[in-house]
Amino acid sequence: MSVLLVLEQSCGKTRRASWEALVAALRLGPAENITAVVIGAQTEALAAEAAAKPVGKVIRVEHPLLAQYTADGFCAALQQLIQNESPTEVVVFSHTYQVRDYAPALACRMGQVLIGDVVAIEDGPKFVRQLMQGRLIGSYRHSGIGPCFVSVQAGAFRPDATDTRPGAAPAPITTFTPTIDAAQIRTKPGEPFRASEQTVDLGSAQRIVSVGRGIKEAANLSIVQELATALGAELAASRPICDNGWLPMERQVGSSGQTVAPRLYLAVGISGAIQHLVGMKGSQCIVAINKDPDAPIFEVADYGIVGDLFEVVPALTEALKAAKQ
Amino acid sequence: MKIIVAIKQVPERDAQVRIAANGKWIDEADLQWAMNEPDAYALEEALLLKESGGACGEVIVVSAGPERVGSTIREALAKGADRAIQILCDDLNGRDALGVARLLAAAIKPENPDLVLTGLQSEDLGLGQTGVIVAELLGLPHATMILHVEKTESGLKVKRELEEGWFQSIELPTPAVLTVQSGGNKLRYATLMGIKRAKTKDLRTVNAAELGAEGTPAVVLDQIAAPKKQKSTQILPGSAKEAAAALVEKLKTEARVL
Repeated sequence: MSVLLVLEQSCGKTRRASWEALVAALRLGPAENITAVVIGAQTEALAAEAAAKPVGKVIRVEHPLLAQYTADGFCAALQQLIQNESPTEVVVFSHTYQVRDYAPALACRMGQVLIGDVVAIEDGPKFVRQLMQGRLIGSYRHSGIGPCFVSVQAGAFRPDATDTRPGAAPAPITTFTPTIDAAQIRTKPGEPFRASEQTVDLGSAQRIVSVGRGIKEAANLSIVQELATALGAELAASRPICDNGWLPMERQVGSSGQTVAPRLYLAVGISGAIQHLVGMKGSQCIVAINKDPDAPIFEVADYGIVGDLFEVVPALTEALKAAKQ
Repeated sequence: MKIIVAIKQVPERDAQVRIAANGKWIDEADLQWAMNEPDAYALEEALLLKESGGACGEVIVVSAGPERVGSTIREALAKGADRAIQILCDDLNGRDALGVARLLAAAIKPENPDLVLTGLQSEDLGLGQTGVIVAELLGLPHATMILHVEKTESGLKVKRELEEGWFQSIELPTPAVLTVQSGGNKLRYATLMGIKRAKTKDLRTVNAAELGAEGTPAVVLDQIAAPKKQKSTQILPGSAKEAAAALVEKLKTEARVL
């Protein structure tokens, strides 16, 4: 299959998620059939980096109006590129916030539908994605004529196979200049900013106790705090807890919060929606306490206790204290 | 400001979902249904905008699905939406994201709203595309993952969430479409008075077929299944106390993380 792989940059460097998307692209076709696309106002370094990967060629989509990401600019540029590179059978992205912002519109413009957040590719090709907050998986196929648009979930495809090819000649690089008019860009994006000074660095914590919706009320957080203290762990949370203002946003683990990989991650009353799992599944040892035996958190857990957290958590705190003595 | 909020009815969060006999969707018998939570945040943002803008604003809810969706629409009306449009459609799950967005766009277009809001994704399919495609179909600018919306002289200033704790302000003209992220506001409960009033509010129904928005799906959901386990989880049995003691032992001697 001929595959167009759209890479994404952050501060002038290609994002790791893009190399995971390359692994997915390699499932669909041999390296020589893969065209890597870098996009922006200055893409020389990005293109050189991509040319050293197992790809057939690299295209620099370059225009001054692509200096800062806008959905309008990216859709216009990539639509022209895809039409120019016809026939492209599959267009592969990493499922980032940026891609979620424009790829559905780009696909729509071409009469297509993005198959987003793909976790596996099976023969066919069939694209597997999660449903019902990770409780089920669904297998999707492209049925129309024209390119199939696919974005892959962070962490689902391991980038081992994408190491640079020592000794091999770099892939050829060409430049494509789209026609974009400033008036086409309707949104005015500002510079990224952080909400406030970070006072906790979950990324360097060795042990984390994380709490989710199962805790029911802010007043109940104390039992989880006591467990964290007994373990010498940092307290963290899934998104709904921070949405409710029960814990500060900086303690949130997941795609919109921090990505952590401690030695021990203990998830209390967290069902394990995809957005949470991507932020913690790299942890060395994962423990889940949940009343629902079918909760997706158990799919990534090493140890699980199925039960009422209001009984299990205090019992665990006591057991830890007893073990110390 | 005339604001349309697109909402979806989804299975209740803790519902036990079973795969239907045909393997293509879940068994909907005996399921409890609720408003998709990100859509509830979109509705809240719309109500806040209306309340801050004086008496001239209007919040209209639109939702597609079978008969049962009416209960979720009534909930939105009870929270403060002024009126609603229900697109009656028994085959919502057979349509891809573009097919669903076509229905919504066709119902929204004649209303000529200043702003269309919807949640950033649904809790059942989790496609996270409907709002963006609706914008594209209506020819409107859009922004996604929005936590806060502010009216300016020339249009809107919105706070967009980026990854890993970063944010960004975006300015865009109206009319526009925004997808709303959870946590930007506090969800309200419907009051008794609100529930009573909702019964008399205008709820117009339109059949999907009448919207002239049919198309062939570009993407097909072939089969659903239980996920394959990524790890073999040791479930520790017994009472809370027994399980806790067993866990501490395992963490010490087997996982060696204590």
